[in-house]
Amino acid sequence: MNVLPAPRRPWLSPVNRRRWQNFKANRRGWWSFWIFLVLFVATLLSNVIANDKPIVVSYKGEILFPVLVDYPEEKFGGFLAVTNYRDPYNRDEIESHGWMIWPPIHYSFDTPNTEAPTPAPSPPAFLLSRAERCAAYAEGVNDRECVFGNMNWLGTDDQGRDVVARALYGFRISVLFGLTLAVVSSIVGIAIGAVQGYYGGLTDLLMQRFIEIWNAVPTLYLLIIVSSVIAPSFLVLLLILLAFSWTHLVGVVRAEFLRARNFEFVRAARALGVGNLTIMWRHLLPNAMVATLTFLPFILNGSITTLTSLDYLGFGLPAGYPSLGELLRQGKTNVFAPWLGITGFCVVAVMLSLLIFIGEAVRDAFDPRKTFQ
Amino acid sequence: MTDTTGGALLSVRNLSVAFRHENGETLAASGVSFNLEKGRTLAVVGESGSGKSVTALSVVRLLPYPAARHPSGEILYKGRDLLKADEAELRKIRGADITMVFQEPMTSLNPLHSIERQIGEILKLHGASGDANVRRRVIELLNEVGIPDPESRLSAYPHQLSGGQRQRVMIAMALANAPDLLIADEPTTALDVTVQAQILTLLKTLQERHGMAILFITHDLGIVERFADDVVVMTKGEVVEAGPTAEVFAAPKHAYTRHLMAAAPKGEPPSAAPEAPVVVEAERLRVWFPIKAGFLRRTVGHVKAVDGVDVKLRAGQTLGVVGESGSGKTTLGLALLRLISSEGPIAVLGRRIDGLESRAMRPLRRDVQAVFQDPYGSLSPRMTVADIVGEGLAVHEPGLTANLRDDRVVEALVEVGLDPETRHRYPHEFSGGQRQRIAIARAMVLKPKFVMLDEPTSALDMSVQAQVVDLLRDLQARHGLAYMFISHDLKVVRALANELIVMKAGKVVEAGSAAEVFAAPKEPYTRALMAAAFRLEAVGGVSAET
Repeated sequence: MNVLPAPRRPWLSPVNRRRWQNFKANRRGWWSFWIFLVLFVATLLSNVIANDKPIVVSYKGEILFPVLVDYPEEKFGGFLAVTNYRDPYNRDEIESHGWMIWPPIHYSFDTPNTEAPTPAPSPPAFLLSRAERCAAYAEGVNDRECVFGNMNWLGTDDQGRDVVARALYGFRISVLFGLTLAVVSSIVGIAIGAVQGYYGGLTDLLMQRFIEIWNAVPTLYLLIIVSSVIAPSFLVLLLILLAFSWTHLVGVVRAEFLRARNFEFVRAARALGVGNLTIMWRHLLPNAMVATLTFLPFILNGSITTLTSLDYLGFGLPAGYPSLGELLRQGKTNVFAPWLGITGFCVVAVMLSLLIFIGEAVRDAFDPRKTFQ
Repeated sequence: MTDTTGGALLSVRNLSVAFRHENGETLAASGVSFNLEKGRTLAVVGESGSGKSVTALSVVRLLPYPAARHPSGEILYKGRDLLKADEAELRKIRGADITMVFQEPMTSLNPLHSIERQIGEILKLHGASGDANVRRRVIELLNEVGIPDPESRLSAYPHQLSGGQRQRVMIAMALANAPDLLIADEPTTALDVTVQAQILTLLKTLQERHGMAILFITHDLGIVERFADDVVVMTKGEVVEAGPTAEVFAAPKHAYTRHLMAAAPKGEPPSAAPEAPVVVEAERLRVWFPIKAGFLRRTVGHVKAVDGVDVKLRAGQTLGVVGESGSGKTTLGLALLRLISSEGPIAVLGRRIDGLESRAMRPLRRDVQAVFQDPYGSLSPRMTVADIVGEGLAVHEPGLTANLRDDRVVEALVEVGLDPETRHRYPHEFSGGQRQRIAIARAMVLKPKFVMLDEPTSALDMSVQAQVVDLLRDLQARHGLAYMFISHDLKVVRALANELIVMKAGKVVEAGSAAEVFAAPKEPYTRALMAAAFRLEAVGGVSAET
């Protein structure tokens, strides 16, 4: 056959290109998308932004990466299993045999500031004079520890832990938890909705009734009961919430599959002898993806809110995890320390608003009736 | 007003319609002019995309403004330019002086309102008052459009009426305020042939009684010839010929008009070889859908979609299946392909396939293929043409390398007359006829023995229909294919079928050699179908419609 070989296909089909254009046309959503992406990537790198370990250490000609590797103190002449780089003895030892590069913030989310200027919770650095900030250091303002990175820019919580560090790590864990929960529950929900919609009949009937009963189980009570028996770690919490959140997308996907399974191109594929799974994957899923992707940002938001509220109530992640919900609770218990509540509120509000704006833009992008203005 | 309109009721002059979209503007109609006088019928005829509907909709300014606009022209109705009229004035004219009947009566009626309310609303909007008054007028109108026992139908909802009755209700709504001009946009296209003939007769009688003018939009030259006083032929947004119907039909001047008139499917089916091997055979085939009722959902009866139909089809032959909508033609086709469950033996190439598991059925599927009605719905919009045509190959010849598969796809596309270079495009870039060719290529690439063609030409323009019919006949001759051709369009069936089955309500009414049935139909039902299809005559009392 004398025909040209296949040209390289554009990676986006024309339909998707149009959607991408529509998404970009929503300026608010487009900017929110980028701001969120920058924030998310930045918080993914929290370990090199706020940490109680230096990023790079040169000690006796050896280059070490304490952020990535836990070196025992023996390495630097001590005897503890884990090196405390904030300890003045260790610092002197390392700096006399090399150098250290610290992250901009010298606290991790669980590092108590032992030299806090006031009893915890101590106020943000910008509310204090230079003398007040460094009051706890031996040589006051002239102490070599009295540097910018050792200040608590937004104060500390009631256990002397840095609020900025906790907010950074809290944002990260919230988004990661939300993303995992949203993605996994979407996959489960789509799979079950697809089976229900495609096969219909008795399968559909039984599963619908099961979902109705399942949805009637009070999730909060169940969580309270479970957390009184086992300590809810990240994974346990994820699994429990997943067990109840997969039902969100089932209805939508089921409806899409019910509608599309009688389309003529599906009938044509069946006449060709294409298997059920292939038909569902190749012909029906793309139709259902529009509804799914439209819902996804909102499901993500819901997942984040769920985690935050559980943390706020004290049934969420165990103590020791950085969490925005816990920050908000501290704000409630320590009303005289408004920086706690305000920081928690701002971080949650910004995060959820950005996601909602992105969600709106996604919805616009997938709206087939949306036309140019 | 005494001007160049010469007293015409409606005068469209130099009308242009443009649609704005992402990449600029498309001119859907340009420089359209025609006059319509009181009490006359003007048919605007053309194929899809010719701008005929757009022209009709501009008369009452129902286009999606501001995406649509009129770069030029005027529409003079009784001397007033409707393009300059304001919205309030237009509202007064719409539904009272100028009314419309659309193609699809199911979607044109509000499914949540009763018939009385729908017609009553129009009356009230234009000044009628008093419930008893309105009700009396509604009954009068229903009587006039031939709905039997109108009092009992007042509270009926659209879904409780048949397609023809719905169109009658639409006409009743259009007549409600005694309009001077009725715009009918393909009013019979969605209806069965016998119903089509009845509706046309009704419109004609109503016109004679009320003396209104009708602007009739259609693609069907048969209707134009019988129905219209004057005709305007449009193509690509422009009027290419206009004049009294008799003159235009006697001596078409423009090449496009001649092309349109010559476009009807022609030719003879290939002669039947009575000794050819039997490809598909089915006996007393039944597809019954159970009706369940009561608390325990017991089966209380059956909808007999296909009820004891015998089919025997030999290689190289075409079996035409005709009947009105709801007669079970498509169900029969799907049952033969085992796409829905049925009872009764089915044999393909001498092998029994009824009762086979779907997995066991899969290898046999390459011998039995299907082409469906809607060329827009039957191609997945998210796959390229090469993927669509190659999909069956991936199932039935999984050993083929990508290159060999591509060769086969190219071969199939060439065979159906498509440029193989276009195989990396998506279906939306093709016209309806081209898409139907893609669907045919998808079936042909597997080299089947039997192809079920379910109304493959119904959604296409007349001239494209003829091309597809030629293509099908050509493929049949080349590969000795057996076709089952399902259609309500008897003209197309006559050009293709050796054998004919006439179905009504799931049963075979008449069967036999196509030539014999067409020449001398025995059953009254068959005769009525043919009268409606070939001569647009309504023969009472045969269809389910009254």
